[in-house]
Amino acid sequence: MNKQSYQLVIVGGGPAGLAAAQEAYDQGVRDILIIERDFELGGILQQCIHNGFGLHFFGEELTGPEYAQRFMEMVAEREVEIKLNTMVLEVSSDKKVYAVNSKEGMLEIKAEAIVLAMGCRERTREAIGIPGSRPAGVFSAGTAQRYINMEGYMPGRKVVILGSGDIGLIMARRMHLEGAEVEAVLELLPFSGGLTRNIVQCLDDFDIPLRLSQTVTKIHGKERVEGVTVSKVDKNLKPIPESEYHIECDTLLLSVGLIPENELSMEAGIELSSVTGGPIVNECRETSIEGIFACGNVLHVHDLVDYVTEESKLAGKAAALYLQGGIKKAKKEVSIVAGDNIGYIVPHKVTEKIEGRKRVELYMRGKRPMKNARIVVMDGDEELFSKKERYVKPAEMISIPLPEKMIEQLASNRVEVKIEEGGAE
Amino acid sequence: MGDKVRITCVSCPMGCDLEVEVLDKEIKKIEGNRCPRGIEYAKAEYFNPTRILPTTAKVKGGVLPLVPVKTAKPIPKGLLEKAMVEIAQVELEAPIKLGDIVIKNILDTGIDVVATRDLAKK
Repeated sequence: MNKQSYQLVIVGGGPAGLAAAQEAYDQGVRDILIIERDFELGGILQQCIHNGFGLHFFGEELTGPEYAQRFMEMVAEREVEIKLNTMVLEVSSDKKVYAVNSKEGMLEIKAEAIVLAMGCRERTREAIGIPGSRPAGVFSAGTAQRYINMEGYMPGRKVVILGSGDIGLIMARRMHLEGAEVEAVLELLPFSGGLTRNIVQCLDDFDIPLRLSQTVTKIHGKERVEGVTVSKVDKNLKPIPESEYHIECDTLLLSVGLIPENELSMEAGIELSSVTGGPIVNECRETSIEGIFACGNVLHVHDLVDYVTEESKLAGKAAALYLQGGIKKAKKEVSIVAGDNIGYIVPHKVTEKIEGRKRVELYMRGKRPMKNARIVVMDGDEELFSKKERYVKPAEMISIPLPEKMIEQLASNRVEVKIEEGGAE
Repeated sequence: MGDKVRITCVSCPMGCDLEVEVLDKEIKKIEGNRCPRGIEYAKAEYFNPTRILPTTAKVKGGVLPLVPVKTAKPIPKGLLEKAMVEIAQVELEAPIKLGDIVIKNILDTGIDVVATRDLAKK
């Protein structure tokens, strides 16, 4: 087998991998390899041709490809080695990366540190178990996006979209503008999982109906989709049989959630969170295996790529510090716990002592939409501090800084964050 | 009494539902906004709603058959579909550079359509 070695190996050349590489380089690491399975860098951003990226990080509004290209150029200016068209098959717990490409064959790459940046994948029809026949014309929204925006294929002419997260909404507009009839966007929950801005500019602008508390309960058609049965659902999200109606269509797009892509992490024996589907990490985004870090959507699914960049720079910096011996264990380990009304928090714990650090940023998601909420940070049973939020939406990540001084002075070794509704009034 | 128009403000994620009362093409009253940005948004959105149009254009001889493009500035919302038809007529030749002008002054808006990535030759 073709044996190679690098100080830092980054699995994935999307926004997370690129930002981690750039930051690790800027912190002094020179021997970096990015492995990417596609023919080019940039990841899923290359198919996200719509605008709205970069407002936080660059202070201007960019499209996905524009955002990606900035990072591709930053990495190209540095001595980062890149292997394209290369598929990682396995990452071992002793930090060997097995990969394959058609030029070099099978590769065994020894790494001193690894950053996992494989992104996420889409939930499929199988994941939500829609009954009916199995005709052509059922796509995940992201696959349809790649076909339309990069490969020049039109998936269908008369479309129903299931799922009103941002991808579903953006694909409704995209398919409408490309000449398809978008019959409806259906949402199982009583509220949309997408940004208000996208509901207005993707649906309202083109009179595409959004139907809440409804789902597809059957797919019809033999060779090709001919229609779907739609049912309203009750409070427990169970379909109400007498509410059934039919929509004629040739295509069903599924936008029913994203899952961190952790096949490689699992094989490596990395401890995963059952809530996020990503690795359990400390504030350096270091996994349960020392020297293996994770960032971006492989860790938890982000709402904005800007936050992916922020987090990946953190992981890249931590990987550099690790390689340079700059990370020391803290005297005590603090666990970060998701309390009432919080879906999850990343990181899961604070374990390191890093010189010059000012704060640890906690990222979390609310469980349901709330107004005038108070986000409360607890030190054991004592309230440490709280922050008002005018609105909380599960679609939008909340971040709260935990200042270094507070971490040092914690009375307990457990920080819990919870949300109280109406607490801000 | 004038006509009532409903507009959702998207200046921030709050998404206030605004009710705009219009009489003789003049805004008489705006209700439902929780901050002054709502007023400005409602005026712009009522009199001249504009959007950036991101889409794709055909490419000959590139590593991909399409290149993503966008209007460099927002264009009137009513022109989005016409602009799509015009952009569909174009066929570019690779290589393409980010920022290359694909259509100058689309539909006499004074706004160019530009490429949003580099696209190499095959």
